[in-house]
Amino acid sequence: MSDVQAIHWADRLTRVPYAVYADDGVHAQEQDRVFRGATWNYLCLDAELPEDGSYRTTHVGETPVVVVRDADGEVYAFENRCAHRGALIALEKSGKAESFQCVYHAWSYNRQGDLTGVAFEKGVKGQGGMPPDFCKEEHGPRKLRVAVYCGLVFGSFSDDVPPIEEYLGEDICARIERVLHKPVKVIGRFTQALPNDWKLYVENVRDSYHASLLHLFFTTFELNRLSQKGGVIVDESGGNHVSYSMIDPAAKDESYKEQGLRSDHDRYRLKDPSVLAGFDEWPDGITLQILSVFPGFVLQQIQNCLAVRQVVTKGKDRSELHWVYLGFEDDTPEQLRMRLKQCNLVGPAGFISMEDGAVGGFVQRGIAGARDQQAVVAMGGDVVASGEGRATETSVRGFWKAYRQHMGVAA
Amino acid sequence: MIDLLNLMAFHAAYAETIDSDRLEQWPDFFAPDAHYRITHVENEQQGLPAGIVWADSRAMLEDRVAALREANIYERQRYRHLLGVPLLEAADEHSARASTPFMVARIMAHGETQLFATGVYRDRFVRVDGKLLLAERVAVCDSTVTDTLMALPL
Repeated sequence: MSDVQAIHWADRLTRVPYAVYADDGVHAQEQDRVFRGATWNYLCLDAELPEDGSYRTTHVGETPVVVVRDADGEVYAFENRCAHRGALIALEKSGKAESFQCVYHAWSYNRQGDLTGVAFEKGVKGQGGMPPDFCKEEHGPRKLRVAVYCGLVFGSFSDDVPPIEEYLGEDICARIERVLHKPVKVIGRFTQALPNDWKLYVENVRDSYHASLLHLFFTTFELNRLSQKGGVIVDESGGNHVSYSMIDPAAKDESYKEQGLRSDHDRYRLKDPSVLAGFDEWPDGITLQILSVFPGFVLQQIQNCLAVRQVVTKGKDRSELHWVYLGFEDDTPEQLRMRLKQCNLVGPAGFISMEDGAVGGFVQRGIAGARDQQAVVAMGGDVVASGEGRATETSVRGFWKAYRQHMGVAA
Repeated sequence: MIDLLNLMAFHAAYAETIDSDRLEQWPDFFAPDAHYRITHVENEQQGLPAGIVWADSRAMLEDRVAALREANIYERQRYRHLLGVPLLEAADEHSARASTPFMVARIMAHGETQLFATGVYRDRFVRVDGKLLLAERVAVCDSTVTDTLMALPL
């Protein structure tokens, strides 16, 4: 177990010490400095809190959190931990509540997380009870700042985090608005247990280099060739990114054939191609947009398949990916059907994403004896910058730029 | 009349086909316009229609097998299905509805076995030319969590 500063970090962002992926000390520091630090963490969708009193329980890193809509219409979030002995306050994944009461000793809380009641506070028949100077206002679970942006509810334990739009940056905001431009509805939720540290997954999401090499399904059907039109956007902090592409039938791509790579397979054709027969929904022609927000949020548009993904840490070398599949409120039955078909592309059994569930585990197992070695993240040089083309690891370096800043490691 | 023994024989053959890696024959258990979906109990309770696998034709199942063979990358693994006694909900000469509980263990290439999924098949059968076929199979998992990835079908 070590302190993050005790690990040897190269002075360049092109190297990542393997020691950061399986260390209890680093993991504990991340909980404090990243997840409970000056970051905005995705909590849930505004649409998942439809009424006054609607609540969901979630996690910020490993810290349990309650998110709830109060009678004033605002969304509040507080740590899901009773101020008395620390038990969970809310046990269900979601529900509707006038107020919350801890089951252990019946201490109660309003929807804003204020401690409002202590059972037998004055004792019973003059016996027992809390000391007269006990002040309920001074006790309560930690509260989060909440920001709702385009229907996404973010929370932060930090008073220093910049406002959400500044945190996201102008380009990322525009790309979120592009997808979440009208009211959404949830069409399914799935959780995928990942056999790896959370950072290996969020790096994978930012890694536009691997997409067409690991995921053959994409390449074969010309959904995602590196030489398609497209690009990568990295925000000023480095932590937020967008990778996007658009199909360009005019530019028939020969680069894979020339290289003879595994991921070009002429024999493979679909018997029922309706899974790829999307409807025209995005006037800008972008067929794929993967967007990440530091530390653990992903917004995905793959053709008509929309989803948010939330990464939840589970110890130093495990994590969970929470998928919420989305449609729009005004979808026609045919549009909904298309989205349901395209759900085959993503998730734990997804034609173009199942590999991502396993590849982090391959790294986690591969580096078991290599604490003092480093990963190479040098595709596209050592810069962190937006650009055309996706044969680059620029947004992976961007993640490490933001990570080092939050963890107090010089870059 | 489709009876319990017909269904049990069907289930035994279905499980054996997947567990012995004869995936190319797996779609043959379905009618051409069959619906197949893998989901979990919370989505079902809340009426959320998505699946981690979602098909409305046998051809989509054939495509999934082709993708598993040709395109997708995953560690070598196999399943062991244990299917319970079907609860026959309705049956006549040509069709039946039944629910059948399943447990599926996953055996990885390195030798370890883990309980991968439990749940219930919600099935609608049709008899076509004397042969029993699934018109609909919804595999409703008890857990909302899938470990690592789901390559092979349930």
